[in-house]
Amino acid sequence: MKMEKWRWSSAAHRLLRLCSNPLSDLRCSPKLQNSTPSGVLYRHEGTCEWIRPFIGQQKQHFGQRSHHLWSGNCLGETPGIQNRFFGATATKIERNSKFATLNSNDISYFKEILGEKNVIQDEDTLLSANTDWMHKYRGSSKLLLLPRTTEEVSSILKYCNSRCLAVVPQGGNTGLVGGSVPVFDEVIINVSSMNNVISFDKVSGILVCEAGCILENLISFLDNRGFIMPLDLGAKGSCQIGGNVSTNAGGLRLLRYGSLHGNVLGLEAVLANGEVLDMLGTLRKDNTGYDLKHLFIGSEGSLGIVTKVSILTPPKLSSVNVAFLACKDYFSCQKLLLEAKRKLGEILSAFEFLDEQSMALALSHLEGVRNPLPPSLHNFYVLIETTGSNESYDREKLEAFLLSAMEGGLISDGIVAQDIQQASSVWHIREGLPEALIKAGANYKYDLSLPVEKLYNLVEEMRTRLENLATVVAYGHLGDGNLHLNISAPQYDDAILAQIEPFVYEWTSKNRGSISAEHGLGLMKANKILYSKSPAAVNLMASIKKLLDPNGIVNPYKVLPQSMIH
Amino acid sequence: MKIMVAIKRVVDYAVKIRVKPDKSGVETQNVKMSMNPFCEIALEEALRIKESGLASEVVAVSMGPPQCVDTIRTGLAMGADRGIHVEYPDALYPLSVAKLLKALVEVEKPGLLILGKQAIDDDCNQTGQMLAGLLRWPQGTFASKVIMDKEKQAATVDREVDGGIETLSLDLPAVITTDLRLNQPRYATLPNIMKAKSKVVKKYTPQDLNVEIKADLEVVQVTEPPKRKVGVVLSSVDELIDKLKNEARVI
Repeated sequence: MKMEKWRWSSAAHRLLRLCSNPLSDLRCSPKLQNSTPSGVLYRHEGTCEWIRPFIGQQKQHFGQRSHHLWSGNCLGETPGIQNRFFGATATKIERNSKFATLNSNDISYFKEILGEKNVIQDEDTLLSANTDWMHKYRGSSKLLLLPRTTEEVSSILKYCNSRCLAVVPQGGNTGLVGGSVPVFDEVIINVSSMNNVISFDKVSGILVCEAGCILENLISFLDNRGFIMPLDLGAKGSCQIGGNVSTNAGGLRLLRYGSLHGNVLGLEAVLANGEVLDMLGTLRKDNTGYDLKHLFIGSEGSLGIVTKVSILTPPKLSSVNVAFLACKDYFSCQKLLLEAKRKLGEILSAFEFLDEQSMALALSHLEGVRNPLPPSLHNFYVLIETTGSNESYDREKLEAFLLSAMEGGLISDGIVAQDIQQASSVWHIREGLPEALIKAGANYKYDLSLPVEKLYNLVEEMRTRLENLATVVAYGHLGDGNLHLNISAPQYDDAILAQIEPFVYEWTSKNRGSISAEHGLGLMKANKILYSKSPAAVNLMASIKKLLDPNGIVNPYKVLPQSMIH
Repeated sequence: MKIMVAIKRVVDYAVKIRVKPDKSGVETQNVKMSMNPFCEIALEEALRIKESGLASEVVAVSMGPPQCVDTIRTGLAMGADRGIHVEYPDALYPLSVAKLLKALVEVEKPGLLILGKQAIDDDCNQTGQMLAGLLRWPQGTFASKVIMDKEKQAATVDREVDGGIETLSLDLPAVITTDLRLNQPRYATLPNIMKAKSKVVKKYTPQDLNVEIKADLEVVQVTEPPKRKVGVVLSSVDELIDKLKNEARVI
């Protein structure tokens, strides 16, 4: 069982640094609002930048609203062009001219099939639906649709396909790579209204529900019945299961319960032409033909819209123990991981690491956090969690493991949480790191999968490259070989970016790692896939995309490089 | 000077409590149990007093079924020197606990007794006070600050009372019960957890202490609080007045 509530970070307080340029309110200028169908992200050139205050919602990651202004003629932006943030050289995307633009007939049609209430054109609602969770990307969609049934989703897609209207599927809008918001004026199909639990089998633990169910609600639903969801992430208060499945969300429990590819037993998806693909099986084993659901898991909504999910849920176990340990060097962390897997075996449920810089950051920027191992900072910290069914047995096992680790010199110090409160305080240190990074200023965030032995070498190389320019902070799911590399600086600066990209991607590629371990490609890394996948593989992906979505209307501009789709 | 700290094993503070279907009590099977938070604070305070050199030994006492030893081990892992377990299979109410503690005081002769102000399962807030009464010792309850004075053999206790903070000076030996803001309990570090395994936990039964446990309270029924009803949107002030008068009966 996870101690969800108490591990969430509290509301973020964002620094507002107003730039001297009076164009700081540019985003709301009338000119922008009328400039459809252009995308309106401006590229930072000079020193002028500002960060808007963000009223943090509880239980979520926090991102920087990065509005960069042209140092020069800010309004000289050619309509139809969007510059992406992270490219060291801005890669311009053009709105695909073959997509139609909305007209009043379209609106009437949608109102007919969905009802007036579920066809949203109201500016305020559209503003938040157009903006991603990290406030890095904003589209200019003029229409938000809220279907309530699969049939409605099917009618919408069928119509859009016939009209060649681009659409973007949206759920909780908590993605970190700009995949859930429009790039230009794509119609937003938001499945939040489809939030029913269809069935739950108390014996097998198989849950069938609609795509719009919020993860936290599913967790509470299952909690009352003695089960848990096989995934857990910080965004659980807002993210929806359809999105989780579409992005193959990882999270903190992957080490124990595996990825969604293993836990999802079936799903129902609607293809670009409106065809409903019913693969909503509830069977644990079914080797009949090609297992198509895996195409939809992790394709980030680019092959179709997931409308129902059937997922296997593990039973809730009562005994949870959390240990927070200090290691002298990274090599010890690795050995500790091996030992933990061997000695703790089936009860190991999480293995996270953070380095000294992460701890320093957490202590200085997070509220209510104290150093569990005072007085000094250690080089590395490891958080180990065990989940089992027998409290005393698990305790014994954990303590035996810790004793041998200490005697073997793998850990120099550590604590074991004595109650849920202490456990969640310890988790808060790890889970609050994204928040702490935001508070510290500008944050370049990378999510990489690397061989465990080499993982920290990248961090050390980045430190050498950046020297005094920025602080490199590293933490992550060591148990899964997933590094969250974060570069923190007082302000965004292209000089820093130049040192980071494309070096980080090339380094990862050279070591056969993944440039996106769990966050996905979305818009942010749409042109980076070749760092981690061969051209042959990407070509095949493009063929599949063309097969399932010939007009390319579903979530365009994302996941795969534009050049390879057309 | 020896300090004795009473610690209780309760359902963990963060667990969602469920009432048993037969309404005889709260579900405790397969539910995480931990040391009562106020007892943790009491133990932390005792350890701090010892670390400042004003006490020689901290003894952790718990009463109940065999699993209480786990809670005592936690206390030992935090830094207590010895443990005492009074084994009794059924529920123990404050008066019984106070009588048992009095008997232990006569054996151990501590100079200071620190307890949590109340347990989070029954919220009685009685044991410390009853114990002080039985022993005829001074008591400082709801302590938010404790300052020891070695020469005067007294403790100055700031108490959180309804009107604010009341400061008392207690001659030792005395009973102190702790409130939330007294301190932040430490984590149990690995070296201490390992050391705790070899620390002694002595077992007693109520008979050993010549205390007769009488069930002076009987739990008749445990029910959940009534579920919050859905709000109703009213159409006029008159309707509001009518509802306040006739339904809620508050005016």
